[in-house]
This record gives sequence, C-alpha cells and structure tokens, in this order.
Amino acid sequence: MAGTDIIIHDEKDNVGVVVIEKITPKQDCDCWIMENDKSVKIQSMDEIPLGHKIAMTDLNEGDTILKYGHDIGKVVKSIKKGEHVHVHNVKTKKW
Amino acid sequence: MYMFTTLKLKSGKMEIPKTFLGYKREDGRTGTRNHVIILPVDDISNACAEAVANNIKGTIALPHSYGRLQFGADLELHFRTMIGTGKNPNVAAVIVIGIEPKWTKRIVDAIATTGKPVEGFSIEGVGDIDTIAKVSKKAQEFSIWASEKQREERPISDLWISVKCGESDTTSGLASNPTVGNLMDKLEPLGVHLCFGETSELTGAETVCEKRGKTPEAQEKFRKTWSSYNDFILKEATDDLSESQPTAGNIAGGLTTIEEKAFGNFQKIGGCKFIDVLEPAEEPTKGPGLYFMDTSSAAAECVTLQAAGGFNLHLFPTGQGNIIGNPIEPVVKLTANPLTARTMSEHIDVDVSKILSREMNLDEAGDELIKATIRVANGRLTCAEALGHREFVMTKLYRSA
Repeated sequence: MAGTDIIIHDEKDNVGVVVIEKITPKQDCDCWIMENDKSVKIQSMDEIPLGHKIAMTDLNEGDTILKYGHDIGKVVKSIKKGEHVHVHNVKTKKW
Repeated sequence: MYMFTTLKLKSGKMEIPKTFLGYKREDGRTGTRNHVIILPVDDISNACAEAVANNIKGTIALPHSYGRLQFGADLELHFRTMIGTGKNPNVAAVIVIGIEPKWTKRIVDAIATTGKPVEGFSIEGVGDIDTIAKVSKKAQEFSIWASEKQREERPISDLWISVKCGESDTTSGLASNPTVGNLMDKLEPLGVHLCFGETSELTGAETVCEKRGKTPEAQEKFRKTWSSYNDFILKEATDDLSESQPTAGNIAGGLTTIEEKAFGNFQKIGGCKFIDVLEPAEEPTKGPGLYFMDTSSAAAECVTLQAAGGFNLHLFPTGQGNIIGNPIEPVVKLTANPLTARTMSEHIDVDVSKILSREMNLDEAGDELIKATIRVANGRLTCAEALGHREFVMTKLYRSA
C-alpha cells in the first residue's frame, strides 16, 4: 500500500490532499480514493506541502470545491488540474 | 507514544474491555482521577486558592478570570460551570472560596448534592491570611481523606467521553478525527456517554449535522442552537473571520475554509446520532449515547464546559499540534500528522499517522485509541497531565454589569 501521495475522500471530490511531506512540480502522483478504494494518477503543476490540496480537474471562477463529497467553498481564481488549491484561489461561501 | 509497529490485530477483532479501574463516588458516578480541588468563585479569590494549594499537597487550585458582577444567562453559566466542575466524578472533594458568602454557598450546596465532601469559605471580614490558614486545615483533611480512595473495577459504561479537536489540519479530517469516530461507533453500543461540541466549527456542515439528531426535537434544538451562534458571529464580525476561522495554524496545515474544517470536525462522531443538545456546561440526563453541547470552538473553553457537564475523559485530535490540557478531565491527544508526531512527540499520546501512509487502517487506529483511553481511564498520565497543562477557562457570554 505504500506509495500513496494523495488521498481523496469521496469519488465526487475535485480536490485531493497531499499526504507525503511535499510533492514537486511535474511529479507523477498516486492518488487513493477512500470512498471506493480506487486508485488514480495525476501530474502536479506546483510544489504542494503535506496536508494541502491539489486540483484533480480544471476549475473556473465560481465553481464549487467538493471535498468529503460536500461543498467546501467557491473558486475565486481559475485553477488548472494539478495546481495548488488554497486561500489564494478558494474562499468560503459562509461569513 | 504508543508503538503501532507491534500491532498484530486484524481490523475489528479486538475485544473491548468491559471494565476499567476507577474511583466510585458517593452519587454512583465513577472518576478516572481523584482530585481535591480549591475552587475560587471569583477572580479576586484566586490568590487565596493558590496559596492553599501551595500549602497543602495533593490539592489543585483552579484560578480563572471571572465571577464578579455577572448577570442573567452569563451568571447562570458561571454557576453551572463552577458547580459542574465540583460535581465532576474526577473530583473527590472540593473547597470553594469566594469573596462573599452568598454565591459561595450557592455553589457549595449544589456540589453537596453529590454527597462528596465540600466546604465553603469567604474572605470578606476575615482577610486572605486568616482565610488561607482556615482553608488549609480543611484542605489538608480532604487531601489525606482522598488519598485513601482506591480504584476499583467499574463498567466501561461509566466512561463519559468528550471530544474536541484543535489546531486541525487536513490530516485531522482524513485520519485523527475519523479515528475518534471509529471509537465512538464501537463504544456507543456499550452504554458510554459521549459528547461533541464546537457549534461555530460545524458551519458549512450544519445541515448534515442536524440530520444526525436522533429525534425531530434534537434536530430542531440543534438548528436553533447553531443559527443563534451563527447570528451572533455575523453580528460581531468586522471582517470575514479569515484570521480566526480557520486559524492561521489551520491554514498553514492546508485547511482553506470553515466548511472544509467543519466537515473534518464532523468526522469525530463517526456514524453516531445525538440524542439531545446541551446548554454549555449542562449535565446530560437522557441516558447513555451521544450528546451535542453548545460550546465555543476555542479548546480550553470547550473542554472546561464539557468537564463541567460531567465528562470524565477527553479525546483531542490535533493536526498542527494544540497542546491543551484540563485540570480535572484528562485530555488524550492524538495526531495523524507525521510532522507533528515527530516534532511535538511529548504532546502526543497516540500517533495515528500511519493511516496516511496506509500502513494502518481506521479500524486498527480506533482499537489503538480505545486501548489508550482505557489505560488513561485506569490512571496512566496523559502527556498534557505530565507536562502540567491545566487550562481552566470560563466561557463568558457578555460584559458584566
């Protein structure tokens, strides 16, 4: 089982979480989807540290970020597949 | 830290102990600790309480910042927290010290309903020095009396476990919070009382959480409680709370929004349903099972309220490394963040970071947490206890009169 770089909670999710110390640009990453125990691959565009999110698909401004299969916020700056997803391109829909 | 490399169990095969070693109290509850506490009613009685605790070994003072000129719901919460702290089964005996006798007596009388030794003192007309002398004599008597209490075998259902996470990051939602959820799923059928809180940190997951109410009444109560807290935040907020929720630590750990934090937080209750919604520091009365308590999401405030609700052991998953403890309720800390487990090992009781590398599964992690919980219930010191963390923080609802 070793060698999982990214964990995705739910098959519907459009982001995954980096679970190794960091991933580097152009790294081919192994992703594990917890919900259905499937594996997928993705190539990263950015350096992304442990615990931070990677976009599993291209995302446009206004799109909803799905994690745990649920809405966790909106895209405020378009994001390409493999890029770092965080406070610079995603905001809460609350508060 | 517990070593998982020795773990040979197949998932879900562990037999959960039916008993633990606790202190049976006069009211039938069971303590996991045997504290003699010196409880100041108000801020100005702290000095006296701390002097007594310094004089008499085996006692601890619980200084705090409030207790004067409070009124209405805020005053009621103050009393409920004081009284609940004294009544907690982890407390063998209590000394209450206040500046004046009336509020002191109200707290003493309520704690006395448990049958445990409790005595009140007031400072006005006496002064600190003579009060300290008088109180010290009584505290010595209580300390020596409590020292003879023995642990005995008690049913696992005497565990009242509260949970709250802190300095969370994405590893919390991925692994350490679900580990707590796994423990809840396994212990709930055994008749354990369970409690989660953090009203504001369910924002984004509030409708999903509401559906976990066991009855329409519990769901309705949750909806009202969450809405009222949310209205309060919106009323007081001067910005988008981006400096507070998520915290800077949360953001460093990869959490982007309150919604993401909320769904991670929510993993702590596993598949359980809550039977009632408690006021802050309110004692549950509807029997075993899961309760939601309306609390702040600040760690020390939340755990203090849960301890005052009568919970005798706390589970605290952390991502980036919150170091909180509580003076009367032992706080067991777990993390799934391998960096935190490595760099802050003296704060981490249970390391579940191997879930992320998929060298252990949730079921195994839940079993490990149950084992650690029983050991701490039996008397093993938590990391926070050994380090002297005794954060006792009263929740204040508004300014005093």
